[in-house]
Amino acid sequence: MLAHYLRLGMRSLRRNPILTMLMVLTIGIGVASSMTTYAVFRAVSANPLPEKSSQLFAPQIDIWGPQSRAQGADMPDALTYTDAMALLRDKKARRQTAIYPVNLTLVPQSERTEPFAVNGYAAYADFFSMFKVPFLYGGAWDMSQDDMHSSVVVISSQLNQQLFQGADSVGRTIRLDDHDYEIVGVVDDWNPRPRFYDVNNSNGFTDPPDIFLPFTRAIDLQMNTNGNTNCYGSAGRKPGFDGFIHSDCAWVSYWAELPDTKSEAAYRDYLTNYAADQNRAGRFHWQPYITLRNLAEWLDFEKVVPPETRISLWLSLGFLLVCLINTIGLMLAKFMRRAGEIGVRRALGASRKEIWAQFLAEAAMVGVGGGVVGVAFTGLGALGVGLVFEPDIARLARVNVSLIGLTLVCALLSTLAAAFYPTWRASRVQPAWQLKSN
Amino acid sequence: MQIQPILTALRRHKAGTLLIALQIALTLAIVCNALFIIHQRLSHLSEPSGVDEANVFVVTSMWGEQYSKQEEVAKIQQDLATLRQLPGVQDVAAGNSYPLSTSGWDNFVTMTPEQVKPTTDASVYAGDEHFVRTLGLKLIAGRDFRADEVANLGNRENIIPPVVIVSKALADKLFPKGDALGKAFYSMSSTPTTIIGIVETLHRQDVDTWSAPYAGESLIWPARLVRSMSTRYLVRAKPGQLDAAMREAPKALYAENRMRMIDPKDGILSFAQVRERAFERDRGMAILMGIICVVLLAITGAGIVGLTSFWVGQRRRQIGVRRALGATHRDILHYFLTENLLISLGGIAIGVLLTFGLNLWLVTRFELKVMPLAYVLGGVVILLLLGQSAVFAPALRASRVPPVEATRPV
Repeated sequence: MLAHYLRLGMRSLRRNPILTMLMVLTIGIGVASSMTTYAVFRAVSANPLPEKSSQLFAPQIDIWGPQSRAQGADMPDALTYTDAMALLRDKKARRQTAIYPVNLTLVPQSERTEPFAVNGYAAYADFFSMFKVPFLYGGAWDMSQDDMHSSVVVISSQLNQQLFQGADSVGRTIRLDDHDYEIVGVVDDWNPRPRFYDVNNSNGFTDPPDIFLPFTRAIDLQMNTNGNTNCYGSAGRKPGFDGFIHSDCAWVSYWAELPDTKSEAAYRDYLTNYAADQNRAGRFHWQPYITLRNLAEWLDFEKVVPPETRISLWLSLGFLLVCLINTIGLMLAKFMRRAGEIGVRRALGASRKEIWAQFLAEAAMVGVGGGVVGVAFTGLGALGVGLVFEPDIARLARVNVSLIGLTLVCALLSTLAAAFYPTWRASRVQPAWQLKSN
Repeated sequence: MQIQPILTALRRHKAGTLLIALQIALTLAIVCNALFIIHQRLSHLSEPSGVDEANVFVVTSMWGEQYSKQEEVAKIQQDLATLRQLPGVQDVAAGNSYPLSTSGWDNFVTMTPEQVKPTTDASVYAGDEHFVRTLGLKLIAGRDFRADEVANLGNRENIIPPVVIVSKALADKLFPKGDALGKAFYSMSSTPTTIIGIVETLHRQDVDTWSAPYAGESLIWPARLVRSMSTRYLVRAKPGQLDAAMREAPKALYAENRMRMIDPKDGILSFAQVRERAFERDRGMAILMGIICVVLLAITGAGIVGLTSFWVGQRRRQIGVRRALGATHRDILHYFLTENLLISLGGIAIGVLLTFGLNLWLVTRFELKVMPLAYVLGGVVILLLLGQSAVFAPALRASRVPPVEATRPV
């Protein structure tokens, strides 16, 4: 019976090719615009580390006092060097790391190649196990090397490709800013998007970092941060790198791994006590205030999803709604035009259910057509997102199997939803009326 | 034209009428808000920077070696001299940043050192005695820096220069009476800094929404940053020689000292590229909203054509009867045009409410501004015209229905 209905539907659709095309195009365009903006939204709002996101936390401490927050500003989204070091010394979390971005010059061994810039992070050994960094060769440095301020480095697979043609380079040395570092590990392709551990410094969607080196070593060498530095007021800042790291300027990112809610609560207490201790020591003069956000909350707090992405998603959903209302109108017109035919079918014994099946089958065909057109337009849209979004974000919007599937399903379901009212009207057609008027 | 019979007829097509009205309402709401967003973004796009944009480009050079402060100062001077010798170059300055660079340095500004709540927030430029001239900034009061005022600021040196050049916007914010020249203020320091010059326009480095209250408020400190990471050279080409100068500059710099890195992607940017990068998001948003508007209007128009055509087909017999009873072509045409006008007006009434609702939501969620009434009026006119032109073809067809149609069975 379904095959018969599909045949009937096809014939009916062919009878008004323009009306049919209009419906298919409307659905296709509406679905495609939503799917394109959704693809971008999905990419930027993705959870970069779903299996651990509820266990990773970024703390904030009120270092400047309520006065600084009263002006509509929030607490700095990084810690001062002093506080980060104090938290690291106490080691109250299962794992913890301080992080800051660095920008260095790599001087190749061969005289022929020119030096080039590399980006990366100064971090602690725990960084790699906390964030589940996969290794191609070797591994992370160990904690004793943090303590010894060792000159070791973990490099990206891309840099390994560039310098060593992809060979196992563990044990070899590279020269960064006039200092030699021994390679202890090569990271496999790893670039979580958004780069949650650095969203306080970057948009979170940039190229993967080239190197990681021990935080302690970077401080010894007085490496400047390549990220943001936030200072408040002018008090207590002495010149020089030493003066800078002991100032109340916030520039060190900090992450703690807390496996369960109990340890989270304990860590919260610990932070509050730490702030209270600073009060007693005379460094702070206000009520202790701290926050501890997990990874997902942190991404939210840092507004990683650009407002443009959200607005465009909402507006294209509104757009889809208009397209659907349009389709309802067109279908209503199309179905009611066949009131006579419905009357005859009903008079010959077709039940309302059968009318439903017949017209929904016809609508489903429109939906499938709309889906196919939608996939084509979504493909076009994905090519065109570069015009609309920043390159870093636009390149994340890819058409893959799940997006195509979603487009088809969305087109079919929304068309069936749109067909609901016209079909209901069709099923209510009174056979007697129709027969009489003829 | 009688409106009563049209209303009576519409009452028999409640669903269709309601659908068109709803579609018009939603279209109005989305189009008005999208147009408003487009306008806001485009006005952002054309914000003046104060820079002679046609002739300025920026070179960012990273050192390939480590230098002491003295060595680096010498290297920078050498680079400046090299760039100045190029035939296409008019002037060169060393600076930490440039307007619209999207990242940089900003400081709170206070009138006294003890003041806790800052008076404002200024974008901070560090530039030498060539900075103002190279960028082509217009000095409207006071004087430019002298060479002996320019300090070399090494890594983490916190020296607040005693003199400063400010933008007019900053001068007016700090000294609303217009007597800023010669006055002093404090910028996150315990020592004052005195205004010796005022430039007409100098855009901030960032283009973010947070800094909108401080638009155009910038200050220039007479300083050369010697911070061993990278150095910025702002170069002004002679008129018409920008392209040649941009080609020559990296060659000359590499020839002079190979131990440097100029990023192939953004190491050299003309100011046109700087502007394009800074407003990428705004342009993208405007394009997207534009596409949505056009397609939405097209779909709504097509929907009206489709539904009206159906109604015309359905009413051929009635039209025939009216024609037989003496109605002219014009009467029929007017009937459908008026019918559409009534539906559109109904839709617009709901649409205006939706428009303001949507705007209010965008204001609270996305910090957009409140929409001026002109947009709604514009949107209303657009939709009325769209409705009338969409209905015209089917209405014309209706008017051509011959009176003999009245005698035919359906």
